Amino acid sequence: MIEPITRYYRTVKDVTGPLIFVTGLRKASFGEMCTIRLADQEERLGQILKLEGELAIIEVLEGTSGIDSETTTVVPKGDIARVGVSREMLGRVFDGVGKPRDGLPPVIPDRYIDINGLPMNPASREKPDYFIQTGISAIDGLNTLVRGQKLPIFSCAGLPANELALQVVRQARISEKEERFCVILGAMGITSREAFFFMESLAESVAQERTIAFINLAGEPTTERLFTPRIALTVAEYLAFEHDYQVMVLLTDMTAYCEALREIAGARDEIPGRRSYPGYMYTDLATLYERAGRVRDRAGSVTIMPILTMPEDDITHPVPDLTGYITEGQIVLSRTLHNKGIYPPIDVLPSLSRLMNLGIGRGRTREDHRKIADQLYASYARGCEVRRIVSIVGMEGLTELDRKYLFFADEFERRFVGQGEKERAIGETLELGLALLKILPETELVRLR
Amino acid sequence: MAQAVETRGIIYGVSGPAVVAKGLKGARMHTICYVGGRGLLGEVIRIEDEFATIQVYEDTTGLRLGEEVVSYSEPLMVTLGPGLLSGVFDGIQRPLKRVRELSGIFITKGLKLDSLEKERVWQFTPLKERGDTVRAGDVLGTVPEGHITHRIMVPPYMEEGVIGDIAGGEVRADEPVCTLEDGRTMGLYQRWPARKRRPFRDALPPSEPFVTGQRVFDTLFPVAEGGVAILPGGFGTGKTITEHTIARFSVSDIVIYIGCGERGNEITEVLRDFPQLKDPVTGHPLSERTVIVVNTSNMPVAAREASVFTGVTIAEYFRDMGYRVSLMADSISRWAEALREISSRLEEMPGEEGYPPYLATRLGTFFERAGKVRCLGDGERTGSVTTIGAVSPPGGDFSEPVTQAAMRFTGALWALDTELAYRRHFPAVNWHKSYSLYYYQLRRWLEEGVAPDMPELREELMTILQKEAELVEVVQIVGTEGLHDEDRLTLEIADVIKEAFLRQNVFNPKDVFATYTKQYWMLKAIFAYKRSATESLKAGGYLEKILSHPVRTKLMDMRNIDNEEIEKEGRSLVEEIEGAFTQ
Repeated sequence: MIEPITRYYRTVKDVTGPLIFVTGLRKASFGEMCTIRLADQEERLGQILKLEGELAIIEVLEGTSGIDSETTTVVPKGDIARVGVSREMLGRVFDGVGKPRDGLPPVIPDRYIDINGLPMNPASREKPDYFIQTGISAIDGLNTLVRGQKLPIFSCAGLPANELALQVVRQARISEKEERFCVILGAMGITSREAFFFMESLAESVAQERTIAFINLAGEPTTERLFTPRIALTVAEYLAFEHDYQVMVLLTDMTAYCEALREIAGARDEIPGRRSYPGYMYTDLATLYERAGRVRDRAGSVTIMPILTMPEDDITHPVPDLTGYITEGQIVLSRTLHNKGIYPPIDVLPSLSRLMNLGIGRGRTREDHRKIADQLYASYARGCEVRRIVSIVGMEGLTELDRKYLFFADEFERRFVGQGEKERAIGETLELGLALLKILPETELVRLR
Repeated sequence: MAQAVETRGIIYGVSGPAVVAKGLKGARMHTICYVGGRGLLGEVIRIEDEFATIQVYEDTTGLRLGEEVVSYSEPLMVTLGPGLLSGVFDGIQRPLKRVRELSGIFITKGLKLDSLEKERVWQFTPLKERGDTVRAGDVLGTVPEGHITHRIMVPPYMEEGVIGDIAGGEVRADEPVCTLEDGRTMGLYQRWPARKRRPFRDALPPSEPFVTGQRVFDTLFPVAEGGVAILPGGFGTGKTITEHTIARFSVSDIVIYIGCGERGNEITEVLRDFPQLKDPVTGHPLSERTVIVVNTSNMPVAAREASVFTGVTIAEYFRDMGYRVSLMADSISRWAEALREISSRLEEMPGEEGYPPYLATRLGTFFERAGKVRCLGDGERTGSVTTIGAVSPPGGDFSEPVTQAAMRFTGALWALDTELAYRRHFPAVNWHKSYSLYYYQLRRWLEEGVAPDMPELREELMTILQKEAELVEVVQIVGTEGLHDEDRLTLEIADVIKEAFLRQNVFNPKDVFATYTKQYWMLKAIFAYKRSATESLKAGGYLEKILSHPVRTKLMDMRNIDNEEIEKEGRSLVEEIEGAFTQ
């Protein structure tokens, strides 16, 4: 595929935002990678975003500052974006586009794979029904995670989403009991402080040789962020489906990723969609999230846990909204619970795991799991409703039963959700749920029957 | 169909799924092309002088300027015939099970496969003989496919002719089974353009309900056989689960399930579970009556756009055989987004929220293919396509263009509600926002087919739910304690209605499908309870005592009574309730 002759073009016409417009590229291909050489011999990576006859629009990964139309040279590489993959990557830290960040030499790749991957054949997928015990009651009991699922954490600025994600990873590691378990971190636009935190905690909780990190820091070029999750997922697929690993992929922060997408769309003068995010954001996010899964006749799996910050704590914002439409549920964090001192501050009502039913029940967790979960949900929802009424009419307006619901809601948040750092086995979680339900009269427990 | 004519050109530009080809003179609008060295399938969607814009059904990454484009004068076709049932196809009808055999876990680009297996041998039983005159739609014979009788029909485009030869027995799928005297032949297959509606004799008005077995739909907001219902709802409100449930339990001969821009894991559930699950009416595996068309969110968008048309064409084909077909489309919004994406690549003038101005028109061409018809051909056959479309409005806000456009074509709106879903009240159908325009046309059927007082009960139910909404507002101000006893009783009845009747548990095998008779008796018992309790209250009974009476628990447990037992059990429960508060 690679052209035998390397061609150099000094035909940059326009520069706008992260894009350059180049004319006359011969036999250029859509999605092709290019090297952009500046006057001072600095080299940057670029990708062809659009071809229109003579004109090619190239997105420059490391930003366009310093690029001119006189001296800048564009060198098409003759190939699309690929990442070199190898098991040697375990234990390493890379930047957002896959270059080593840990001072060690580059990894010698086993082979090079297209970072966009190929769509998984729905007919090849295996039913995701393997329960992962995270040790967190609000997840295991009410929003069960299974292998091959994509379950995001919807957080608000200032809430401990990263801590929760790491706790999940750490505790899942124990329950997986698998030799071939690893965690891949794809970090887009995180701060140096967060990067330190992740690297330290991962080394501590999962062991360094079981992690791979791709980190794009907040101060680094935004365009790189579009590559980071794709590279992380390509490596994940390789380890899962060619080397039988149970791979957990943490992607953070998806809001920063979406903003990068918006920035590029803006620079291309595209017609903006809701809140100026591009209309194809759903499809774009889907090409990332849908790479989670299990397949037939292979032992490995890719489980994705994206973390995103809801701007202004708004769940209808396009980033959480489109994510929720693609992922198999969501774990929603609540500022109110956090302020009450409850950890993990999981708001169970808007949280959901769509694959829960596949992972629970006889032979997996317990036969009465579904009923207990349903009853806890319904009773807590009713308790929250009573709480709203109390704020207007006071306790006097309540019936005896209403008061019990109110008490139940408080206890549920304090004891069931607010478990702190400690870990609970699924049996303990369910027993605690049943014990809490005893606060209510038996006639109210319709869903337990 | 006409023999394909080729024109050749070269790639001049690429932007996502839209490819511009140069020199493609003579290419026709909406005909197919093969693009590039790998021959990616595409469709011409714009012609400007010697430039043709092609929407490509596969990922265009790596396409090079100057690569060849070949155009054929044929539109996007769907192959129809034995082998469709229990099949899984992508948006452009590539058979995904065979794709798996060829390319493994992932779908590689440029695969060319016949939609249906040519080599497969079928048992053909002719119903016509030599010398018979046949016209479009006539049934030439049958092929058994699982428990379904696949009727081999004269294709709609075939002109009248006299049979010269027709042979029964084992036939290979691509061999002719019938030769006319003038030499024309017909096989087991026919092909039909995906975007063109299949002809029929007459359209019939809606007169019978499409039975879903879900109480909130059948009783409150029924959809007619041949009608269209949409299910809009924010994420997590249970659209997909509802679509799955209807696909599994609705009274249909054939189910076409279109997974349009949705999740792969959910389709896996359908693929893995349907062969094990039994059709509630016939007892045969559900997969035997199901065709799946799936183009998940990460598969190419242009093929996603095509998937609904591929699906509805297959649905019409079975309709033409005289079957009751239900078409599940999940989700219409993802289809619309695909349309928007392609439109924006073409730099067309956007309408609302970036959707093209022709969004509603295009949506109409899909929804209007639902209906109940008298089929073409001999023998009086009626068939129907009932469409249930899920809609995913951004932020759960129904005022957005796709929901609004879809509402114009639908007779039943099943509005899903985030609040109900948070409480795990499923199906999370908001009874204040939902409606059915079919209800008044179906009233007569309900009176005759279920019970003369069925419509009355339904209206009474709606009244109570309305009254409850008003009372809840009062409670927000004065608290429950501040209400009159009659009003508290009304709240109580509304609670029973919601818990015992409207909520339905798809994971409970006894509850998952309720016949109209079961629904009727459940309503009878609830209203007997209401009457007795009201009378008792008027006669001076204590509200707390009435509320804690054990018959309430029995009402809640009615969901667990078998459909076959309901008449007997329901009658005795009504009697028990009538006597319950008299002492």
